[in-house]
Amino acid sequence: MNRFAELLDRLGYEPGRNNKLRLMTEYFRTTPDPERGFALAALAGGLSFANAKPGLIRALIAERTDPVLFGMSYDYVGDLSETVALLWPSPREVHEPGQPAIGHNRPPPSLAEVIESLQASHRSDLPGLLSRWLDGLDETGRWALLKLITGSLRIGVSARLAKSSVAALGDLEPNDIEEVWHGLEPPYESLFAWVEGRSPRPEATDPAPFRPPMLAHPIDDKDFDGLDARVMTAEWKWDGIRVQAVGGTRPDGRRVQRLFSRTGEDISKSFPDLVEAIDFDGAIDGELLVLREGRVQTFNVLQQRLNRQSVSPKMLVEFPAHVRAYDLLHWGGEDLRPLPFCERRERLETMLGSLENPRFDISRLISFETWEDLAAARANPAEAGAGVDAAAVEGCMIKRADSPYVPGRPKGLWYKWKHDPHVVDAVLMYAQRGHGKRSSFYSDYTFGVWREGAGGDELVPVGKAYFGFTDAELAELDRFVRRNTVNRFGPVREVTHEPDKGLVLEIAFEGLNRSTRHKSGVAMRFPRVSRIRWDKPPAEADRIEILEKLLQREGEAEETPA
Amino acid sequence: MRPSELLTLTPSGLYCPQADAHIDPVRPVRRALITHGHSDHARAGHEAVLATPETLAIMAVRYGVDFAGYTQAVRLGETVDLNGVKVSYHPAGHVLGSAQIALECEGLRIVASGDYKRARDPTCAPFEVVPCDVFITEATFGLPVFRHPDTRDEVAKLLASVQLFPERAHIVGAYALGKAQRLMALIREAGYDQPIYVHGAMERLTEFYQQSGVPLGEIRKVQAAERPKLGGAIVICPPSATQDLWARKFPDPVTAFASGWMRVRARARQKGVELPLVVSDHSDWDDLCRTILDTGAGEVWVTHGQEDALVHWCTSRGIRAKPLHMLGYGDEGEVEPDTAGPADAPPVAEAAS
Repeated sequence: MNRFAELLDRLGYEPGRNNKLRLMTEYFRTTPDPERGFALAALAGGLSFANAKPGLIRALIAERTDPVLFGMSYDYVGDLSETVALLWPSPREVHEPGQPAIGHNRPPPSLAEVIESLQASHRSDLPGLLSRWLDGLDETGRWALLKLITGSLRIGVSARLAKSSVAALGDLEPNDIEEVWHGLEPPYESLFAWVEGRSPRPEATDPAPFRPPMLAHPIDDKDFDGLDARVMTAEWKWDGIRVQAVGGTRPDGRRVQRLFSRTGEDISKSFPDLVEAIDFDGAIDGELLVLREGRVQTFNVLQQRLNRQSVSPKMLVEFPAHVRAYDLLHWGGEDLRPLPFCERRERLETMLGSLENPRFDISRLISFETWEDLAAARANPAEAGAGVDAAAVEGCMIKRADSPYVPGRPKGLWYKWKHDPHVVDAVLMYAQRGHGKRSSFYSDYTFGVWREGAGGDELVPVGKAYFGFTDAELAELDRFVRRNTVNRFGPVREVTHEPDKGLVLEIAFEGLNRSTRHKSGVAMRFPRVSRIRWDKPPAEADRIEILEKLLQREGEAEETPA
Repeated sequence: MRPSELLTLTPSGLYCPQADAHIDPVRPVRRALITHGHSDHARAGHEAVLATPETLAIMAVRYGVDFAGYTQAVRLGETVDLNGVKVSYHPAGHVLGSAQIALECEGLRIVASGDYKRARDPTCAPFEVVPCDVFITEATFGLPVFRHPDTRDEVAKLLASVQLFPERAHIVGAYALGKAQRLMALIREAGYDQPIYVHGAMERLTEFYQQSGVPLGEIRKVQAAERPKLGGAIVICPPSATQDLWARKFPDPVTAFASGWMRVRARARQKGVELPLVVSDHSDWDDLCRTILDTGAGEVWVTHGQEDALVHWCTSRGIRAKPLHMLGYGDEGEVEPDTAGPADAPPVAEAAS
């Protein structure tokens, strides 16, 4: 447990993806079974047990510390698990040779012991188990245990990244791990044995596994020259979340129905309405959308249903989930992925036609002869077949008619041609230092637009961007920030932003949401610096009204439920 | 004699009227008794300074040889008589030359401990308990959440990272006097025998440690031009330099920071630290409490830091205690990292992506 805790602690501080990968791979390489398997399960979010409530932890620490000192400490640290981990009275480890350790010296529990006991025990056993383990662990171990047991392991590692680090142990691709993942259980001994070349590939016995998705490349103007419109198909790119709906039957006749995100996370719990409707043996690749009276709602609406732990009945009624199908990967026991796209598409049409399932429909193809035709359709989806759903279209997908379904992002088969982003000219207001390689650069920029204030026009922050510029531009921006600082707040600098003095940034973004968290009332999706307007005086930057108009326009497509 | 007659608090700092001497004064005075060389305790411009030979030498390195009108070296364990007050210096274990100063008169003994630690430090003499009636203590880490781990484990963390990321420079922020040299010595004890690189700002103090007989192995000053070639090297620099333009030229640096503050994760994150090393030259909570009991003092004065918790702890054990609310200390050594409280944080909008 202490080693796993060290790994978690280090991962929490490490900003770089590749460095996180290396830390995990090193851990898996040097940690024996079954410990590393349980660690993998914890990192990939594959564990479930009765979580401890903060009240229990408070009660345990209250038995062991002065309440005044606890209060002062909690105030100072600001995080319950960490405060308790630091305060927990433990035998001081005495390393001096020849001297005995002081106090009760319990051996630290292994992660395997912790997880197996948690899964086998009742909630009422928790206080006893927890205090015994806390006594045996060091500070980092206690912190990790408390984070694990309260279900709040936030260390910036996705399930995908954890699996990639296992793949790196052997000579495998992350998708190789995905293919077998859903048939396996912690502590994944057969997986490690395979990755390390000690045994054959584990049999995928799961009737409803995740299959790594095929992804598209953004299309470039010059790509069109090499592409023959006659061998390509096109369809709308819907602005929802890409999912895989998979159903299967176990040998004993039990049904398995699951919904996966594009990274392989099982999101079934959040969409019980949809999962219930997976009454087939097969795997559909499609876009998750909210449909109201047959009309696709915008992403803003869908977002209100995302990231919820539990879904209320009210939510199910007001935000009905739906899948618009792009592709069919598996059907009736047959793997369709080697077939050409046009054949899979035919099978998909037939299958959806016979299913008559209101939760699933097909994403229609766009008819076009030339790239000019397609450009016209993309510019006006409402007229080109998307009709009333046009507001939920974010561009088109272009696919070779003969393309097999290849996991990952293969070259030359699928392209995405997104709408041009929105742009706004905003004024740089604050800058913050970045992390890792950028820790000496002011690389995170908070920008604002003008609005009418009580004392005349004022800037109001509307977002934060930290990419979109080249390294050379970053160096220039950093220099500008350092030379034009008017105030410092810890790692943040306030930069001159007067009508005639300051810097205008052209910000590109994909959409706007209403936000109660931000002073301006709007939040941008995917904002980035598209150009640095060294030439433009801040007074000529855009005003909040432009964003409000855009918000209204996007809002027209959203119908509030009665 | 009552304690407040022997030692009283003035705007310049703690003052003993009978000896006409201040302890670690923050303003120039006629006679200063200095506990150690950190700049918040040892300032230039006093008429006379009494301190250990090492502290006097450190002050000369930092401020020039004419930092005071007159100096008198007092060795650890030595006693001088100032107008009937017996003044003695005792090891504090904080940095090279650091001392606790005991004042004794008419059977009353007050010990001003300056900054001190009980943890092992190969670069200075270990702390000695001086029994007294009044113990004056700092409380930099005066909260029970501060319990410093074994430094060997922290150094092992650094060396493991160097091994795992051999192409990245490991830039370790550490205070220039004491912490930096202690870290070097600990790294050597762990068996690391490559040259250790240092920022120019800590070169002279490091040389002074070496001349005083503290073995630190091969120490090299970082030359500006060679920074891009220092992948895999350990580079020690002042904490502020880790985020300076200076740090930019190193290959994919791992930013480390050696400080007791690193115990609290949010503090480490605020500083942009990727490899926090909990190494402190101050006493942690357990050692503050243990030392108060060891001295047998019936009364405790707390100079600076997290006074409230320590005063509460003393009081709940029947020891009289009061905070002195002294200003001007904690400016060097282990100052709390600069943090912006929620009150003055700017309205930073977040990207909702």
